[in-house]
Amino acid sequence: MWRFIAVRTLQAIPVILTVITVTFFLVRAAPGGPFSSEKAVSDQVKAALEEQYRLDLPAYEQYFAYMVDLFRGDFGPSFNFPSRSVNELIFQGLPITLELGLYAMLIAVLIGVVAGVCAALKPNTLQDYIPMSLSMIGICMPSFLLGPVLVLVFGIWLDWVPISGWGNSAGDKLLPSITLGAMYAAYIARLSRSGMLEVLSQDYLRTARAKGLPEYIVIIKHALRGGLLPVVAYIGPAFAGLLSGSFVVETVFQIPGLGRFYVQAAFNRDYTMILGTTVFLASLIVVFNLLSDILSAWINPRLRYQFRK
Amino acid sequence: MATSTSTESSLLAMPKGVSLWRDAWLRLRKNKLAMFGLGFLLLVMVVCLLTPWIAPYGYEEQDLRLGAVSPSAAHWLGTDTFGRDLLTRILYGGRVSLLVGFVATAVALVIGVAYGAIAGYVGGKLDAVMMRFVDILYALPIMIFIILLMVVFGRNLLLLFLAIGAIEWLTMARIVRSQVQNLRDQEFVEAAMSLGLSPSAIVVKHLIPNALGPIIVYTTLTIPSVMLLEAFLSFLGLGIQPPESSWGLLISYGVETMEEYPWLLIFPGLALSLTLFSLNFLGDGLRDALDPKASRD
Repeated sequence: MWRFIAVRTLQAIPVILTVITVTFFLVRAAPGGPFSSEKAVSDQVKAALEEQYRLDLPAYEQYFAYMVDLFRGDFGPSFNFPSRSVNELIFQGLPITLELGLYAMLIAVLIGVVAGVCAALKPNTLQDYIPMSLSMIGICMPSFLLGPVLVLVFGIWLDWVPISGWGNSAGDKLLPSITLGAMYAAYIARLSRSGMLEVLSQDYLRTARAKGLPEYIVIIKHALRGGLLPVVAYIGPAFAGLLSGSFVVETVFQIPGLGRFYVQAAFNRDYTMILGTTVFLASLIVVFNLLSDILSAWINPRLRYQFRK
Repeated sequence: MATSTSTESSLLAMPKGVSLWRDAWLRLRKNKLAMFGLGFLLLVMVVCLLTPWIAPYGYEEQDLRLGAVSPSAAHWLGTDTFGRDLLTRILYGGRVSLLVGFVATAVALVIGVAYGAIAGYVGGKLDAVMMRFVDILYALPIMIFIILLMVVFGRNLLLLFLAIGAIEWLTMARIVRSQVQNLRDQEFVEAAMSLGLSPSAIVVKHLIPNALGPIIVYTTLTIPSVMLLEAFLSFLGLGIQPPESSWGLLISYGVETMEEYPWLLIFPGLALSLTLFSLNFLGDGLRDALDPKASRD
């Protein structure tokens, strides 16, 4: 197990390095300097600015200096908000994005597992068809469409919940979380249905029933553990997806999270902010994938064997 | 394993004269949802191809006196705030969305099949290096990079195709690689080798045709995810630029005015969702029909 963790952790490092390098040079390759659109500034001011952002150095020196800063956890100053560092902006948005992601994940797992297990218990009946058709809608309705539709129906027509904001009024966290979680609920429903269907035909469940266990114990204690393995393996990538997908929802519902900062930075060409958020989000996503791999190897020992030669 | 059983079953089926493809078609025909998807897609494609001739108005044709009117006999799906006919704009938008879907998928298909076939056929160290590269790309948060790319290099359609195509080939490469690996050691490949066929001819003439089933299935499932990506980028304002129209762009307009003019959101949304629905159903159906063993999820 330790070997598995060590190998997978080592594999994550080149990925993160690639992300940093590619992003760094992509942003540097962007046409137009960061200050070219600003009002004319005196040469002295320009030189001072360039020095502050290290633009006077050659590219490779900028790169190594940036790497050293990153290593110390410093993302540098923001272009657009010169008085504030990228760190501040990231850590202002991060808790909100994480909270949104967490609620969405809870909704996705709860709805997805219940729907999938129900469907698998009575395959090819209405109890199967209804949740599975709904899950197809969840997959085919992108969040930038589902969000506005939910707002239109529940926020405007029925006037049940607030239509935007985060934590300002009761219930305003509901629609964003549902919007973000819907697609993942749908995938989890499909995964848990197929996982359960496979497990339910196994001999050890027949044994469990044969020794006289009541059906709900057979399902909860024996079938779920095996049947939900694919779901556990999916949670890490799903959370990573939630994080990178959250900027749609944050834009639609005007939530001041990390994703919205990212989109704003992209539109304002705030290069240090783009660089910082990309590196940060990407590393976060890689770490979540890593954790989920470790978690599924812990539950399913067969996955570890490929590292024991 | 999978291939040997499929050869067996096709051998068994041979006396009745049912080929693998005919067999798959028979199975597909029984799947009502997949057939609905196929029918709807054909309809959408024909209508979109014929749009310049059958569209009731021009896509830039404005009637500012009209403003946004709800659906009526003159404008079946209503008009937008500039008085442009929504049906016409959805049809033209469909052309763009489908075009992006097909072209970007084609890019992904070419890269993925070539990459996977080479890695699978050559094997050894080259294979290990090539697949590690795929693993690294897999771990990159692609959406973020595409947004970055569109911001840095401007918003042109060609780049959009390339960018989307360049990320969607990863799974295709994996699928083709494992297929080619399985097929490589079979007798008919040895026979082809002993007849003196060059490796590239073996790959192109013998290995890829035998891996066609999974390739087709995955291609059908790639198109909707590509269209979704395009719609999303256009929604953010990073994809197709006005006055051109695409479904993602129409949806983003619809969102702005949905309180007063809900039809501007609902109809483009329906067009996108139904098309994605159909593609997914067709893809699932094809997978059941062509590759019954892989249909578990």
